[in-house]
Amino acid sequence: MLLVGVVVFRGPVSNALSDPALATWTTVFVAIVTQAMPFLVFGVVLSAVIAVFVPASFFARVLPSRPVLAVPVASSAGVVLPGCECASVPVAGAMMRRGVTPSAALAFLLAAPAINPIVLTATAVAFPGNPQMVVARFVASLIVACAMGWLWLRAGKTEWLRPPSRPSFEGQGRGAAFWGSVRHDVVHAGGFLVLGAMAAATLKAVVPQEWLQAVAGSPVLSVLALAVLAVLLSICSEADAFVAASLSQFSLTARLAFLVVGPTVDLKLIAMQAGTFGRGFAARFAPTTFAVAVLVSVLVGAVLL
Amino acid sequence: MNRQAQAVILLLVGGAILRASVTDLYLRYVKEGLRPFLIAAGVLLVAAAAATLWYELRARRDTPDHADGHGDGDGHGHEHAGPWVAWLLVLPVFALLLVAPPALGSYAANRSGTALQETSDFAPLPAGDPVTVSVVDYATRAVYDDGKSLAGRRVRIIGFVLVGDDGAAYLARMILSCCAADARPVKIGLSGAVPTGLAADSWIEVTGRYTAKSTKDSVNDGVIPYLDVEELTQVPAPTNQYEE
Repeated sequence: MLLVGVVVFRGPVSNALSDPALATWTTVFVAIVTQAMPFLVFGVVLSAVIAVFVPASFFARVLPSRPVLAVPVASSAGVVLPGCECASVPVAGAMMRRGVTPSAALAFLLAAPAINPIVLTATAVAFPGNPQMVVARFVASLIVACAMGWLWLRAGKTEWLRPPSRPSFEGQGRGAAFWGSVRHDVVHAGGFLVLGAMAAATLKAVVPQEWLQAVAGSPVLSVLALAVLAVLLSICSEADAFVAASLSQFSLTARLAFLVVGPTVDLKLIAMQAGTFGRGFAARFAPTTFAVAVLVSVLVGAVLL
Repeated sequence: MNRQAQAVILLLVGGAILRASVTDLYLRYVKEGLRPFLIAAGVLLVAAAAATLWYELRARRDTPDHADGHGDGDGHGHEHAGPWVAWLLVLPVFALLLVAPPALGSYAANRSGTALQETSDFAPLPAGDPVTVSVVDYATRAVYDDGKSLAGRRVRIIGFVLVGDDGAAYLARMILSCCAADARPVKIGLSGAVPTGLAADSWIEVTGRYTAKSTKDSVNDGVIPYLDVEELTQVPAPTNQYEE
């Protein structure tokens, strides 16, 4: 049936692609999904390894037992996951299922895509004249991750998190459990990744960049505009620094907000979080993270930039 | 969505990514360096599909009453959103296998400002007359080296034609750090022997010399340097249409 649909629609689809806006939309859409897939698969495999081969006692041993201390330790552990945000969602989910306190797992989720060595190196390459940008990004992202972790500890409710609604792999062989986890995570997070990619491609193909020019002069509006742009564009955290560098009409603080908000809140990430942790969670977590990220960027920007 | 359907989706996604990465198709969407990771991801997805089918067949053989394929354990109530949304994964597969949209060109380039990165310390141009340079290299030397390292040299540049709002033709190339979502253009103005009526998105090879003339991009006020064209020929599009 699918094949019939494809044959029938192929003609109209090719015609529609002669429209440059639609062609651009399709190219960007395919590009985001293609680019994210290796990172998603990497994160999903790592999450399956955690689920099947790493005993729960491992996390109990390496993380401080007091959640208040576990949050900064988990944030700093983000340094070792050299991927972008698509990889960290399934890994954070696996950590929670392995008994890591949600506040620490969420801090890891926010920190990992922003402070790993690949992202920081890319930032240094993109801002050759402003090495303080790398420091500011590292510091601000780490503060945001810890702040959100502690905030969850204070105000978060477990019922907002959808209980791990996945098949139990107990009682199966390790091979079956491993591949079952991979299949489940790819199918779930992948579908939401596609949803986010569609939204981001729409922005890239439809909204003209000239609109940004209008707000670049205002210190307050420019920070907000780039923070919102980071959410909408959903660029991989390993590449966002180059885009930030090209937004040269904006202040460094506004561009820092772009770099701090992007890896923690963006359309594809919100979609994937909704898929992994539930819609109720994403609806509360994403706006709060956005506000905290903007605030921290402005403060860090004022001190360091 | 039962497990067989999930296995088919995994197989389709993995197969599409493998097909794009063993041919040059992937170069329209992501940077060259991602190729080994794309191949690894494709292989893993196909393996996950095969493993799913294998365990499913084995489970059927062991417990015949389990053969309805619903044994996912996540078929309850609120869980429907997950499996439903997974069908969306067929969209990029079809886009990749059947439509294969082109690399970003003049439409996207016109909507973004020229994206030159400030650079200092310019090595001398390699030998050759004319010497082949990239769009980014020429524009960077023209703007941030004030053309010093270009002085007295004939250069050859390949790029696509961009027709600006003013109707003038520019030479442009999209640069890419990761994927087409972060692609941004670098533009060079053309002066001298430029034929009229150049078609947007056609690929050209221009030979010419540095000129001090420059203009500002209306999108982001970025500087667009000019090239004094001596010769201009139409060429086929290169395999990798982006620069890094």
